[in-house]
Amino acid sequence: MSKIVNSLNEVIKLCGLKDGMRISFHHHLRNGDNVVNIVMDEISNLGYKNITINASSVFDIHYPLIGHIRNKTVTGLEVNYMGGVVGREISSGILDVPVEFRSHGGRPSDIETGKTPIDIAFIAAPTSDNMGNCSGKYGKSACGSLGYAFADAMHAKKVVVVTDNLVKYPLYDFSIAETYVDYVVCVDKIGDPSGIVSGTTKITKDPVGLMMASYATKVIQHSGLLKDGFSFQTGAGGASLAAAKYLKDLMIEQKIKGSFGIGGITSYMVDMLEAGCFETLMDVQCFDLRAVQSIRENPKHKEVTASHYASPTSKSAIVDNLDVVILGATQIDTNFNVNVHTDSNGYIMGGSGGHSDTAAGAKLTMIVAPLSRARLSIVVDKVLCVSTPGNTVDVLVTQRGIAVNPLRKELKDRLKDAGLPIVDIHDLKNLAESITGVPKDIKLGNKTVANVIYRDGTLLDTIKNTL
Amino acid sequence: MKIKNIAVAGTLESNDIYVQVEPNENGINLELESIVYSQFGEEIERTVREVLHDFDVKNITIRLKDRGAVECAIRARVETALKRAKGVDE
Amino acid sequence: MRRSMLFMPGNNAGMLLNADALGADSIILDLEDAVSPEEKDSARILVRNALKYLNYNNCEVIIRINSIDTKYWKKDLDEIIPLKPNLIMPPKVSCAHDVQVIADYILSIENEHKIENETAIIPLIETSLGVENAFEIAKSNKRVKAIFLGGEDLTADLRCKRTKKGDEIMYSRGRMVIAARAANIDVYDTPFTDVEDEEGLKLDCEFAKGLGFTGKAVISPRHVMCVNEVFSPSKRDIEYAYEVMEIIKVAKEQGKGAISLHGKMIDAPIVERARQTIEMAEAMGGVI
Repeated sequence: MSKIVNSLNEVIKLCGLKDGMRISFHHHLRNGDNVVNIVMDEISNLGYKNITINASSVFDIHYPLIGHIRNKTVTGLEVNYMGGVVGREISSGILDVPVEFRSHGGRPSDIETGKTPIDIAFIAAPTSDNMGNCSGKYGKSACGSLGYAFADAMHAKKVVVVTDNLVKYPLYDFSIAETYVDYVVCVDKIGDPSGIVSGTTKITKDPVGLMMASYATKVIQHSGLLKDGFSFQTGAGGASLAAAKYLKDLMIEQKIKGSFGIGGITSYMVDMLEAGCFETLMDVQCFDLRAVQSIRENPKHKEVTASHYASPTSKSAIVDNLDVVILGATQIDTNFNVNVHTDSNGYIMGGSGGHSDTAAGAKLTMIVAPLSRARLSIVVDKVLCVSTPGNTVDVLVTQRGIAVNPLRKELKDRLKDAGLPIVDIHDLKNLAESITGVPKDIKLGNKTVANVIYRDGTLLDTIKNTL
Repeated sequence: MKIKNIAVAGTLESNDIYVQVEPNENGINLELESIVYSQFGEEIERTVREVLHDFDVKNITIRLKDRGAVECAIRARVETALKRAKGVDE
Repeated sequence: MRRSMLFMPGNNAGMLLNADALGADSIILDLEDAVSPEEKDSARILVRNALKYLNYNNCEVIIRINSIDTKYWKKDLDEIIPLKPNLIMPPKVSCAHDVQVIADYILSIENEHKIENETAIIPLIETSLGVENAFEIAKSNKRVKAIFLGGEDLTADLRCKRTKKGDEIMYSRGRMVIAARAANIDVYDTPFTDVEDEEGLKLDCEFAKGLGFTGKAVISPRHVMCVNEVFSPSKRDIEYAYEVMEIIKVAKEQGKGAISLHGKMIDAPIVERARQTIEMAEAMGGVI
């Protein structure tokens, strides 16, 4: 018996796709992904209309979606992150119905509870056997963890594995079991490896970024949380990685044995694991080759599902046990609300990803950002979009000072006593504006192009069209 | 003062502004491109016109490509371009 | 407190915006080697505006002008001196006369603009003649607050290779320290030029500190933290300094002329060093 189907064309018909259905994709192939595009091309050629796509993220490589939206093949979009190329078009209003933005924890929760039921899930898998046991750890297009694909595989009505590396049955080191899979299709290339993972992620050489990272490490050091059993998550941006490096050096120097690192795993987190800073890495996504190699070879480096990582409706999730998370921001307002969905002109170029989940769960949530970017202050009176609510954000670290949320008075006192440059967030805004000048407000339109759905299911904010 | 030559100053690097000036007989012709046009376009134009006024330049074509330069950098680059155009009295 | 001096290219608008937020005690806004001949005018005006409009409150500002054998140095000073930078760093200073020429020109500008605040001078010594004349340069003018060794250009003049270990500048380093201390001013070591080699940087800093240098220049912001750490008094140094001040107080109260601490006689130079250490410790606050 075999679940192999010879073409996408065939498998789409076999799955019984109809106009108006919802299909899903994961984003582990990131900006090297081929699968969304070839599947959507086929669906479009076959003449289907009004399809809703639920993709955990959409990257610039998915720009053909714009064409599919314009010709009404696609009339609904649900994502956790959207890159700037597609984002710009969405911001101009090409979709009639608002995009639904969820978080990395909210998406699997809504799939599992039936809020966004998936008719057909297309699971890009770097390696699979003919029955659908598949994995991201092996193959020429290896991407490491398949964390975001599990909810799709387990709950979609039909599940199609799309691979470019078919192996003999059984693939015993599988991530997703054959028990969930209906069909397997083998294509030439599921993606371009250089776009899937970075060869190496590098810490920033930008001196301002290094300064921020240095302050961030000192905040962690004096937070009272840096002791045996410490757990940590950081982003993949340059300054975030520098903080991981400084933290590793500090933990080794002070002989601190942490418990776990999570994320978004890069070679810097792998370094921390191998240096003994953590017992384990819980990996929901791999960002570079070293992370992929580590998850394949090191039993202490574990793949976890997105639900396990951050779902608010799981019996418990890892983020709820997290000590410290370092995150970025395009904007933050004087109430510590953070915007990661749009740029300063209101164009969509991001999304929560795990931002709001980790901020809600972590004991210490730190935003690390330069005081201004290209003449625009990072601190504003009101963010253009609330991605993560201020009551879950504790500290803003910039190269010119550190602001602590007034809700965390004890933390603020601790950090002040340690001699760190603690300033009021309003003063940071004034300082930025004394250098940049005061910007004119951005005017946006009246059409809602996106809804930001918080992890608890409530509508956190709406994004209006750009003019 | 009179602008005699074409001159450029500044760079297209982040936080800088690239300025190109040319002689012109009919007043001030100002063309501005900026990555923060919505937020600071008016402000940048005002600053440039002030510098032109300070140096008593009445006829000029000035093209600017801004990458988020702050006011003192804009002033510096415009002043440099004017001086290079050899039209400005010291 | 001046432990680290960070070179910043004078024509780079983005870097000037953040120059004072990189942790260095002093920033050197460079109009010389970091700026090509075609951009000297541009850099001069940009730096002048930076001094005028950006508040470099958290650090000391040093301007490296072009050397007096170029056509640029006077114009550099014309633009900069009215903005009252803390120090001017003239490169390739070879003798006391070089300093005098510069000091005279600075004075003429200050008089013209009726400026009271005196800009100091930190001569960059990077020629054999300069090293030979280090002491006379150090005491040439009351504006000279420190001297600074430039290893790269110096080794070119010495006709030898510049190495990480620095044997070739060993004598020059020692000579600079002696000259500076004899003239009762500070002295700064040449930058470590391998940006990636953090271990090498630390060794170089510790060596310089061991010789008696006040601090060190850096060419990369990534080196600032290490330099600050090495050239800061250690916890033990600070504790000892407080003990010294305490015991001197005791000596005064008991009417003793001389007193010893841990078996060592405490005389005036030790008290002075203790006082400076405490001053530095307080300036550092809790965080380096």
